[in-house]
Amino acid sequence: MPTIYIDNKPYEVKAGKNLLETCLTLGLDLPYFCWHPALGSVGACRQCAITLFKDKEDTQGRIVMSCMEPVKEGACISVSNATAKAFRGQVIEWLMTNHPHDCPVCDEGGCCHLQDMTVMTGHNYRRYQYKKRTYLNQYLGPLLNHEMNRCIQCYRCVRFYKDYAGGEDLNVFAAHHHVYFGREKDGILQSPFSGNLVEVCPTGVFTDKTLKQHYTRKWDLTAAPSVCQHCSLGCNTTAGERYGKIRSITNRYNGAVNGYFLCDRGRFGYEFVNDENRITQPLIRNRVPEAVDEQSLMDHLKLLLTQSRTLIGIGSSRASVESNFALRQLVGSENFYQGVSLDEAALGKLIASILQSGAVHTPSLKEMEQADAVLVLGEDIWNTAPIMALSVRQAVMNSAAANALQQTSIAGWHDAAVRELVQDNKGFLANAGLTASPLDDISTCTLHATPHDIAVMGFAIAHAIHPGLPEVPQLNNELAAKAAQIAKALQQAKRPLIISGPSCYNEAMIKAAFDIAGALNTGERKAMLSYVLPACNSMTLAMMQAPSFEKSIDRINDNTVVIILEQDLYRSIPPAKANAFFNRCKNLIVLDSLHNGTTEKAQVLIPAATMAEADGTLINNEGRAQRYYQVFVPTTGMVKESWKWFWQMRSLQTSSGNGLELHPNDWLTKLEKTLPQFNGISRVSYPPEFRIHGQAIPREPHRYSGRTAMLANLAVSEPKPLQDNDSPLSFTMEGYPNRPPASLIPFFWAPGWNSIQSVNKYQQETGGALSGGDPGIRLLEQKTGTPTAYFTDIPEALPAPRNKWLLLPAYHIFGSDELSAYSAAIRELCPEPYIGLSTQDTAELGITDGKNITLVAEGEEYTYPLKIQEHLCNGIVLLPAGLPGMPALTWGSWATIAPSLKNNAV
Amino acid sequence: MISHIRTMWLVFLHLFHKKATIQYPEEKIRLRPRYKGRIVLTKDPDGGERCVGCYLCAAACPVDCIALQATEDEHGRRYPEFFRINFSRCIFCGYCEEACPTYAIQLIPDFEMAEFKRQNLVFEKEDLLIDSQGKYPGYNFYKAAGVNIGVKEKGAGDQEERPVDIHDLLP
Ligand code: SF4
Ligand code: SF4
Ligand code: SF4
Ligand code: SF4
Ligand code: FES
Repeated sequence: MPTIYIDNKPYEVKAGKNLLETCLTLGLDLPYFCWHPALGSVGACRQCAITLFKDKEDTQGRIVMSCMEPVKEGACISVSNATAKAFRGQVIEWLMTNHPHDCPVCDEGGCCHLQDMTVMTGHNYRRYQYKKRTYLNQYLGPLLNHEMNRCIQCYRCVRFYKDYAGGEDLNVFAAHHHVYFGREKDGILQSPFSGNLVEVCPTGVFTDKTLKQHYTRKWDLTAAPSVCQHCSLGCNTTAGERYGKIRSITNRYNGAVNGYFLCDRGRFGYEFVNDENRITQPLIRNRVPEAVDEQSLMDHLKLLLTQSRTLIGIGSSRASVESNFALRQLVGSENFYQGVSLDEAALGKLIASILQSGAVHTPSLKEMEQADAVLVLGEDIWNTAPIMALSVRQAVMNSAAANALQQTSIAGWHDAAVRELVQDNKGFLANAGLTASPLDDISTCTLHATPHDIAVMGFAIAHAIHPGLPEVPQLNNELAAKAAQIAKALQQAKRPLIISGPSCYNEAMIKAAFDIAGALNTGERKAMLSYVLPACNSMTLAMMQAPSFEKSIDRINDNTVVIILEQDLYRSIPPAKANAFFNRCKNLIVLDSLHNGTTEKAQVLIPAATMAEADGTLINNEGRAQRYYQVFVPTTGMVKESWKWFWQMRSLQTSSGNGLELHPNDWLTKLEKTLPQFNGISRVSYPPEFRIHGQAIPREPHRYSGRTAMLANLAVSEPKPLQDNDSPLSFTMEGYPNRPPASLIPFFWAPGWNSIQSVNKYQQETGGALSGGDPGIRLLEQKTGTPTAYFTDIPEALPAPRNKWLLLPAYHIFGSDELSAYSAAIRELCPEPYIGLSTQDTAELGITDGKNITLVAEGEEYTYPLKIQEHLCNGIVLLPAGLPGMPALTWGSWATIAPSLKNNAV
Repeated sequence: MISHIRTMWLVFLHLFHKKATIQYPEEKIRLRPRYKGRIVLTKDPDGGERCVGCYLCAAACPVDCIALQATEDEHGRRYPEFFRINFSRCIFCGYCEEACPTYAIQLIPDFEMAEFKRQNLVFEKEDLLIDSQGKYPGYNFYKAAGVNIGVKEKGAGDQEERPVDIHDLLP
């Protein structure tokens, strides 16, 4: 480890880093703009100036940009000497000559990196008496607000948007002091990662438009560590509340999971919490009044639950581990099901058993970024697991960079130099899917084929790598060629990554992915296998091996009580089937947070808490258990965590209600004892009694305002602060003022660092893991070196039935997820329902684009406009999955298509 | 003993001094303009609400007795949807006035705010907003700021150049 001298003090530092990140890692306050830990250095802003001395005798030194200067043994630098300080002060003063007088109306204010840096350099008085430059703004869609006057030309936005995230429609225009950051013309930003500009841009040029609707400063938010609910990756988020409404979601750095970035579905999909459609009062249907208080509800439930009836529980992939387990305990393991179709349950079970076998390593998102060859087998990760797609992009870029850097001594953080060197080279990515994906642009090998073909190609790859595995009979030439190409690339890699998932409703594909990863796992090579899952907690139900609720239908009679946990079954199976199911349920209890088709059928409807009002744990696709914490206590209604309701029901049943409440951790301890596959999960969080120096961790920043006025309109005497018995967090601003443990960080803040850039102060080293380790407990670790068994059941090519199409879902980042579609901004971006067919199929059917056509699947008719999918393979019909207002379909079944009988004129 | 007599003598002398006590409320005390009393929200020279809902006064308040919620009109002009001061907590320190970047919130020379019921000391925006510029006439924040919210176009402020034409490549 080299030693460097900063202001005459020796420090042992890590080699290979630049001086800026080194200083920040050491905890020094050094201002910067254009450098970003995930984007590297370009030396554009000149803000990070320090003085570098020739040796210890040199007193003069020279100004250098710390972000462009590597750590060298024995280097003497000064951060605080007068020349460097004056230089940094001048840089800010120049930037400020054109900066508008906007802070009071700027949404960045209070979490603005520019404000922080201005204060840090000590610039506080405007000497420049001339006019300011102004710009016109652009409309950038419903998610982001544009206020170009505030730009300081650091180029971070385009470096993130184009270089890091692969977006194409944000750029820098014009020249000299007129440069402009925006789109070619007004319009919706196309990248699903555009929301990160809010945090990447150090100023208020790009701000969160949804926050603007109910604007609150960062210091006024009651915040808690949360976990994104909108896909299976479990990105870490910070949810902020004020006046009983969630106001914003920001990124919560987790070095192993999402790092610095979220997708737009996760960032802007929070408004379901505030929706008018929320269930706040228990209802008992068919009596007057239907809304009841807790006592009447419990009296009613007591009758229902105790008359020796069979209970059937249907667990939910969007409810917490605690709630699902509490339901399982209430109804008994043999009566516990999950609310997905038979096929989906089977696929989930297969994935969980593969990962639980411990034969291959399933990576975190961070590890995926280190992969040197990637194969995506049939999963549309761009839409089903967006941040995974971003990680795959980094893998492709990083491995190209690593190749290029082998011949030179340039450090990897030299962003501009590395890009110059890499040019258009890419690492290896093979993307096999039904139709085109934005990932195709960076893939070396692309395949658009049917799920069957993708699966057999997978088996062919596995055979090519491990000749002991069966050969695929009658493989067509194209697939054989691709398989050989991919197998070769994967074999040359040291850390190959295979990704698949259930979204094609194809078992063989999942098996093939495993075979490839298993076959690759030899010697030096460490293969990674990752599966995407349908929802944020699908993994829990898959690990519990809960069967599909469709299997429970025959068990339901007038004497059974069915309890449905937080889900809409109409999203899982077609309406006719769902209706048949509900018709059998004479006693139906539903717990949910929002009204939907299923809650309408409930005899007893119980208000469940969303992630904002609940403590709970989710297990992501990597098998990482992560706790999300309650953000606020709703003041109206009777919303409670489902696991609390179940505990109350259980005490009714056993009539031994000892009043002792169970905390989430108690549930997890019980879970570990009951189901050993969850071993370790109780370590996911600290016990509620956890205190640091006797103090809880405050959810509110110390500058939280309005405590004695917020509720004064209701009663002038302030109410007692709310207690939190389930976690070590407090609902006030009092408590431990310093850095809490990594899994309990309610917001990022450090003295002098009000913006989210303060995350530097929470990391072991800049851009690395959070101090104390990144949060989350991994439950699925690799146990053996190579698999002892492979899947050998290669599916036979069955000819498609005549004039039938395989019905498959098309996922959309905006629209396919149930909860995020409640946000008005996201809804604006949802596509309209359509029926997608290949160009050739369309021509053969003689129908035109945009005209209504009718699809018949499992006896039901669906009429929507046709949308020709240029890259879709023949024989497949795609419908968007899960759009608001669209019924569920039997995915993977055979459908017929006819020109619409109804409204052909459209 | 001596000291007692001295004290009585001094007290006696006070009989002939000018009286400091006034017959309040018949007689009013004269307050200087800088006196920190009742808090008001003022308007800008054009008659618009000055407060832009920036929350700085609330953050500066040491007893946290200011609460508001910012909202926007159809032009994007920020103003408080509600603005509440709990005067039963206010210590009239004037920090809010110092923090206010728009001269909206001002402490004025008036302290006659006594109430029998504490609840009546909770003032809402309707109770706080006055139809005047208060102590700082002439200032309109939105003329100085860069945003265009219907008060002035981009580039039309005193200290602003015309908006950049990004197609222009001249130096
Ligand atoms: S970007 Fe920062 S410094 Fe600029 S107006 Fe906004 S808050 Fe103020
Ligand atoms: S818009 Fe923001 S990120 Fe982009 S150059 Fe300007 S200040 Fe930097
Ligand atoms: S990738 Fe998934 S978990 Fe991450 S922010 Fe997006 S929706 Fe949420
Ligand atoms: S500081 Fe002034 S402008 Fe800001 S919220 Fe308070 S009164 Fe309004
Ligand atoms: S951060 Fe070093 S020059 Fe911008």
